Amino acid sequence: MGSFFHRHKGTTPYLLLAPGVLWLAVFFLIPLVFLGYESLQSGLFPDFRFTWEFSNFSNGISDYHEQFVRSFVYAGIATVACLLLAYPLVYWIAFRAGPWRNLFLLFIVAPFFVTYLVRTLAWLNILADQGPVVGILRDLHILGPDGRLLATTFAVVSGITYNFFPFMALPVYVSLEQIDPRLLEAAKDLYASPGQAFLRVTLPLSAPGIVAGTLLTFIPAAGDFINAALLGTPNQAMIGNVIQAKFLESLDYPSAAALSFILMGLILVALLVYAKIVGSERLTG
Amino acid sequence: MTMRMTRRALVQRGAAGVTVLSLPGILAACGGGGGGGGGGGEVKDVLNFSNWELYIDIPSTRKAAGLTGPTTLQQFTQKTGIKVNYYEDINGNPEFFAKVQGRLRQGQGIDRDIIVVTDNDRFLSDYIENGWAEKLDKSLIPNIDNLIATQASPPFDPKREYTLPWFSGMDGIAWNSDVTGPVTTVTQLLEDPSLKGRVGVWNQMGDTIGLVMLENGDDPAKVTDASFDRAIARIEKAVKAGQIRRFYGNDYAQPLQRGDLAASMAWSGDILNLGDPKLKWVIAKAGGIIWTDNMLIPTGGSVPTASTYMNFVYDPNIAAQLALGANYISSVKGVPQEAAKLDPKAADNTLVFPTDDMLAQMHQNDPTMFTNPDYNKRWLAVQGK
Repeated sequence: MGSFFHRHKGTTPYLLLAPGVLWLAVFFLIPLVFLGYESLQSGLFPDFRFTWEFSNFSNGISDYHEQFVRSFVYAGIATVACLLLAYPLVYWIAFRAGPWRNLFLLFIVAPFFVTYLVRTLAWLNILADQGPVVGILRDLHILGPDGRLLATTFAVVSGITYNFFPFMALPVYVSLEQIDPRLLEAAKDLYASPGQAFLRVTLPLSAPGIVAGTLLTFIPAAGDFINAALLGTPNQAMIGNVIQAKFLESLDYPSAAALSFILMGLILVALLVYAKIVGSERLTG
Repeated sequence: MTMRMTRRALVQRGAAGVTVLSLPGILAACGGGGGGGGGGGEVKDVLNFSNWELYIDIPSTRKAAGLTGPTTLQQFTQKTGIKVNYYEDINGNPEFFAKVQGRLRQGQGIDRDIIVVTDNDRFLSDYIENGWAEKLDKSLIPNIDNLIATQASPPFDPKREYTLPWFSGMDGIAWNSDVTGPVTTVTQLLEDPSLKGRVGVWNQMGDTIGLVMLENGDDPAKVTDASFDRAIARIEKAVKAGQIRRFYGNDYAQPLQRGDLAASMAWSGDILNLGDPKLKWVIAKAGGIIWTDNMLIPTGGSVPTASTYMNFVYDPNIAAQLALGANYISSVKGVPQEAAKLDPKAADNTLVFPTDDMLAQMHQNDPTMFTNPDYNKRWLAVQGK
């Protein structure tokens, strides 16, 4: 084996790369080509024909721009909410929790031991109209007597925030945990106030984690459909719900494929804009 | 063919199946069980049967219905020697169709000999029209004579060549009496401000549009563009106003029980199965829709094996046990009488044994509505999708 690699020194990197490339080709590129082919078909199930049907794309945008916008707004709010909730928490874990660090990290990951669907279904019980949470909020007059939490925009965005929270928390934690505490001591020695030290040392050093967390949260959240399906009403339907319904209910595969492509395209554009703002070197770590 | 000949054919084939296949059966069991082979052929020793959840008699529901002895599946195996692999893996017609259509499209089997498909959706016609269903072997189903006349010639299968009813159910309205007073009309559901945001309707076009059409005075069995427009417009208005909370599949019962929903369109058997006294169910004043789940042999399923099973469940005594154990309406003649023998109280249950008066209020969907692409698109659009 050793002599094999020795003799084929030049090919080793390619051999190491091969499993990953193969994986991507089989499970990403080939399905993507099929999806693209499907998105340009026309006709009715099951007799679709390839006809360069670009109207699938233009109709997709004109019929469903509302759901596209809603998906990006919900995903954006949820991403920001995740960051605002996760950062102080993992900051505390990284710098103050000491020996309890791993335990607290486990708490963050623990909900993931339960399936996504069941976790979301649990909220249906917790936030039920006749349940304790809504009851207390009504007693406190935060909600009106007929007010509710379920089947609202708030419930959908909260559901997304909850479900993607660990994707934000863990990368941010890793970047905070790697910060050399001596850098903060140095800042203090140089008469930086705790606020200045945070803004000029901790925050910039944790930026790669924030960027990674933002992407890991925003991208799947924009295509999510479970939260809107279970916690929302038809007025909160996201683009994921449309694609799901086109594939499974109306068997309109070309439209569903076209909508998937539009979603991918929009996410890619959002990603490029984001990269431009934060700097591409941070995007790649 | 005379009745006697068909019965003899059944016995011959059945006996041949049991004896000839007993040795291969053992071998097949060692080799991982019998999958869905090609259509036709001999009776196999295994029946692969996909059905909906809680849709057959099980020990606990038999006990509740006052039935003793083994379940009908066990009785079938005792009688014929055919083992049944019973899968409760159908949760919705669209999902199940999406799961199996790829293999059916390529002419492959789906390892099932019987699946159960509802008639108030496009998919039952899709299976039949695309040639993804095997024809029944009626020579093996002499009990087909017990099929009630009203079910003999449905539009999707006028000669009952491919399907036989499993159970039927009725579309009606249910309400939670802890949260609201009686809700008995679709207008109340869609417009009563005291129910705002606490109303459920189905995500199945046939059921929901059907009930709204009846309320509008339109005939759901003969859909026109104008009647469809009227129905969609009413639903759309209710969605925009926030009256409708969600479009539900099988999952409306729990929110109704919790009180998240004050009232909802609801299926007859579901509410009965919950056994919750605060939940009330009625046929809407303007009438209801009756639907039927149908047994069908998908491409590649064993026709003789499936037909043998269908014949078994069309025996009035077995059909009565099934209906009492599942709490849905049977399409087999003589079931009320047999049920009364098994459990004298059972026949009083009008959800399982609806009265003639109730059945007179029932209507059927227009199957052309389900395959109209424009209607399908607008039905999704009104749900925000």
